[in-house]
Amino acid sequence: MFTIDKYIVADNLQQAYELNQNRRNVIIGGMLWLKMGRKKIGTAIDLSSLGLNNIEEDEDNFKIGCMCTLRDIELHRGLNDCYPNLISKSVEHIVGVQLRNMATIGGSIYSRFGFSDVLTAFLSLDSYVELYKGGIVSMEEYAQMPLDNDILIRIVIKKDSRKTCYNSYRTSSSDLPVLTCSVSNIDNTWNVVLGARPQKPVITKINANSNPTDEEFNQIISQAINNSSFGTNYRGSKEYREILAHALIKRNLEAIISGGNYAN
Amino acid sequence: MQIKLWINNKEFSDDIAPDTILLDFLRAKGFYSVKRGCDTSNCGLCTVLLENRPILSCSTLAVRVDGMHVTTIEGLEKEAAEFGAFLADEGAEQCGFCSPGFIMSVLSMKNELKNPTENEIKKYLEGNLCRCTGYMGQLRAIKKYLSKEN
Repeated sequence: MFTIDKYIVADNLQQAYELNQNRRNVIIGGMLWLKMGRKKIGTAIDLSSLGLNNIEEDEDNFKIGCMCTLRDIELHRGLNDCYPNLISKSVEHIVGVQLRNMATIGGSIYSRFGFSDVLTAFLSLDSYVELYKGGIVSMEEYAQMPLDNDILIRIVIKKDSRKTCYNSYRTSSSDLPVLTCSVSNIDNTWNVVLGARPQKPVITKINANSNPTDEEFNQIISQAINNSSFGTNYRGSKEYREILAHALIKRNLEAIISGGNYAN
Repeated sequence: MQIKLWINNKEFSDDIAPDTILLDFLRAKGFYSVKRGCDTSNCGLCTVLLENRPILSCSTLAVRVDGMHVTTIEGLEKEAAEFGAFLADEGAEQCGFCSPGFIMSVLSMKNELKNPTENEIKKYLEGNLCRCTGYMGQLRAIKKYLSKEN
C-alpha cells in the first residue's frame, strides 16, 4: 500500500506541473493502479478542480479532459454515435461500473500500459494528446514515448468518416485482456492495432480497398500479424496470441465491411 | 487534513491523514456495512455511492470526497430491505458477505437503467463478485424486483 505525506488540489496547471517535477510527487487520476504499489508519495497532486472532467464536442473534434472517467466515455452519446463499435466496446469489460466511474482517461493513456484497452482503441482513430509543455502529440507517437513529468491535459479526436470496430479476448470476464484489437477503415487505408501482445499496442497501416477481395482481406490480416511481435506471459503464449490475433482482426474486418456488429 | 462530507445526508468533519482510504474512514464512523474484500478494486464489496454514482471505497482517498455526499446501505435501509426480501425468496444469499455492495449496485442500476435486459443487468453487475451463489438466484431476484417496480 502506498503512503502520501501531503495532498494538494492544484489551483492551476502551472502549479501542478511545478509540483510534478519532484520525483516523489505524483499526479493522481483514478488512483486504482497507484494504490496497488508501495510508493512513498511526497505530494499527491489532484487535478479535479481544473475543469478537466468534460467531453467537449464541436464540428471537427472531440476533446476529452484528462479527468473524465472511463464511464464518461462509455456513456457519451456523441462519441458512441461517431464510433459505435469502438469506444463503449473498448471499456465495457474493464472490471465493473464502479471501477469505470473512478478510472480516468488521463491516467489510462498516460500510463501506456501494454494491456490498455483504451489505448488500443484510440490508436485506431485520428487522435492526439495535449501535453502541458509538450503541446499536441499524435497518439501513435505518444504511445512510444517514455514516461515523463509533463501533464496530459486532454485527448483530442479529429472527427472523420472512418468506420471502426473493437474486440478483445479475456480468459475470464472483467480480467485483463490476453489480446486487444482495434481496426478502422477510412478511404483505402486500414489501421489495425494489436495490444496486450503483451507489449504496448502497435498500429499497422495497410493500403487496401475498403471493400476488399478475399485475397486482400487475408493480406490485411497477415500484414498486421507480421508487423506485430507477440510474447508470452502467464496469460497466454506467443503462439496462442498469434492465433487470437487472426481471429480478432477477422471479426473486426467482417464487422466493418458488413456495417454490423460482431459479438465479442 | 481537514475534511467535511455528508454520509447518508448527515454531516461529518474530521482531521485525517492524506492517505486515509474512504473505506477505513466510513468504518471508523460506524458504517460497518462497507466491507473490505479483495482490496484490489475487483470484487465490489466496498461499493458506496458518491454523488449517486457507485464507486469502490477501498480505492478512494477520503480527502477526495471532501464536500461531497456519500451513501452507504445504512442510508438506503428501506430500499435495501425490500430488495433483500427478493434475494431471500430466491435463496440467492449464502454467506451474505457480498450483499451490501451487491445491493448498492442493484439500487444504482435501477436508477440508471430503464427496463434493463438480462444482458444489461449482467454487464452492470460485472463488478460485484459472489463466490457462493453462481448468480442465478440473484438474477431471478433482480428480475422479479424490477418487474414489481415497473
